Amino acid sequence: MRFLLIVKATEFTEAGIRYGRKYTDAVNAYKKTLARAGVLLAAEELHSSSSGIRILYPSHGGDPEITAGPFLVSQELIAGYTLIDVNSEDEATKWALQMPFPKGFGAFEIEMRKLKEETESVQDPITRAMEAELEDQTNI
Amino acid sequence: MTLTQTHRTIEAIWRMESAKLIGSLTRMLRDVGVAEDLAQDALVIALEKWQEIGIPDNPGAWLMTTVKRRAIDLMRRKKLRDQKHVEIAREMDLNHEEDIDQTLDGEIGDDLLRLVFMTCHPVLSQDAKVALTLRLLCGLTTAEIARSFLVAESTIAQRVVRAKRTLRVEKVPFEVPPKGRQRKERLSAVLEVIYLMFNEGYSATSGDQYIRPLLCQEALRLGRVLSEITPHESEVHGLVALMEIQSSRLKTRVSATGEPVLLMDQNRAKWDRLLIRRGLAALKRSQTLGSTLGPYALQAAISACHAEAPTAADTNWIRIAALYEALSRATPSPIIELNRAVAISMAFGPAYGLQIVDELSAEPSLKGYHLLPSVRGDLLFKLGRCEEARKEFERAASMTRNDREKELLLNRINECEYRGTN
Repeated sequence: MRFLLIVKATEFTEAGIRYGRKYTDAVNAYKKTLARAGVLLAAEELHSSSSGIRILYPSHGGDPEITAGPFLVSQELIAGYTLIDVNSEDEATKWALQMPFPKGFGAFEIEMRKLKEETESVQDPITRAMEAELEDQTNI
Repeated sequence: MTLTQTHRTIEAIWRMESAKLIGSLTRMLRDVGVAEDLAQDALVIALEKWQEIGIPDNPGAWLMTTVKRRAIDLMRRKKLRDQKHVEIAREMDLNHEEDIDQTLDGEIGDDLLRLVFMTCHPVLSQDAKVALTLRLLCGLTTAEIARSFLVAESTIAQRVVRAKRTLRVEKVPFEVPPKGRQRKERLSAVLEVIYLMFNEGYSATSGDQYIRPLLCQEALRLGRVLSEITPHESEVHGLVALMEIQSSRLKTRVSATGEPVLLMDQNRAKWDRLLIRRGLAALKRSQTLGSTLGPYALQAAISACHAEAPTAADTNWIRIAALYEALSRATPSPIIELNRAVAISMAFGPAYGLQIVDELSAEPSLKGYHLLPSVRGDLLFKLGRCEEARKEFERAASMTRNDREKELLLNRINECEYRGTN
């Protein structure tokens, strides 16, 4: 099952201030550990919200309203994300808690969310074969 | 040979030989991850070297000698040279390329068997077993596996890493489980993985034109190898028989324009006779090993009934109905019952089939399952009860999200309306 670890933006990231070498090194080491464990699917950082636009479809209908960034940090902005594939929610939480955070830059927030999966796991092969068999024999 | 031809040939050789290399290396090094890395190195060397010197007469032996040499180097470097390793090194005459084509019941066969028990070990999730087996036993690349399951390549790559790590952390031994119940269960897990691979290629109607047959072919190849090294297991032969016979129809199941073709409408002259013969022979072996037939052998026997009928009208539906009855007892499931209902309707008339479908309607696990009203509609239609049939097809159409299935059902609805007014 896949989980998205979302790193929230702060005033620092929005102002383009880097968290420093120590944090960057810790993030790289963390990514390496994830990859070695075979759980890392993606890890990306985003530019500040001044690089983005927002598209709002008003409730009364009509044309979308487009607003250019920067947006307010209080609006739950995202600074980066890491996508992992693990065997359980506990394992995901364990990885989320190991995620490095910058010290001395105020509060820092990580949000963990589970991804919806098309199929939860592989279907039992006999069932699958029997369905194919049925479709081979009947025009349905 | 051109460069691409050479590459393609090497690719084919790799698929045939890589599992043997990884098996032998895992026995020597006791680490399947390192074994795979070394085998991959040998592939890189072969790609370079064979470009210059041409493909050797016995490429398998060439590769095996290369990897063993490297394994010994590695053991020396790591100073792992305890008594046992020295013995392994002494055993091997490196100036003489071993005859790797010797029968699979020797050491190489044992290593392959240990390897497949490892990649299908119960500590791994089903997804992990499939990915690892395709990678280590079938020699497929991560990209090929990803394409066959329609997922990102990184997902498969990481899944393989995780699986190998789990095997290491859980200290899964490189061994064939001791005879008895445990061995039976483990073997059935292996068969399930192989059948899963086969079905992924066989039952998917969409997807990659190249990769689907490849999955069937690789599952079949692995099944054949397994049946050579475990010749006394009825279900192994049963599964091989099933895959051989199903494969004989791979080319006729889909029309030139990519539309699925019903079994009854397929051009039987184009069924692959060699595969059918092999399948029937495997089925026979499975039937003569003493026990009652298991689920794979039963499915193979059903498939054989179709293969043996010269025309669709000659199909022995009475026997098929009896085989479904046996299958239903061996692994009870509503979907098998639905198939049995169809077979019974062919053998004894739609009214008898409908009786079974109606009993299934009470089954809670089939609630919302579109194939139930689909089959019921088909049987009602055959009985001339077009209005009721139309309602069932409409119900089925509302349950499926698959466009192709929806289209088929809409055609059936139109057919009901047409027949109903005429």
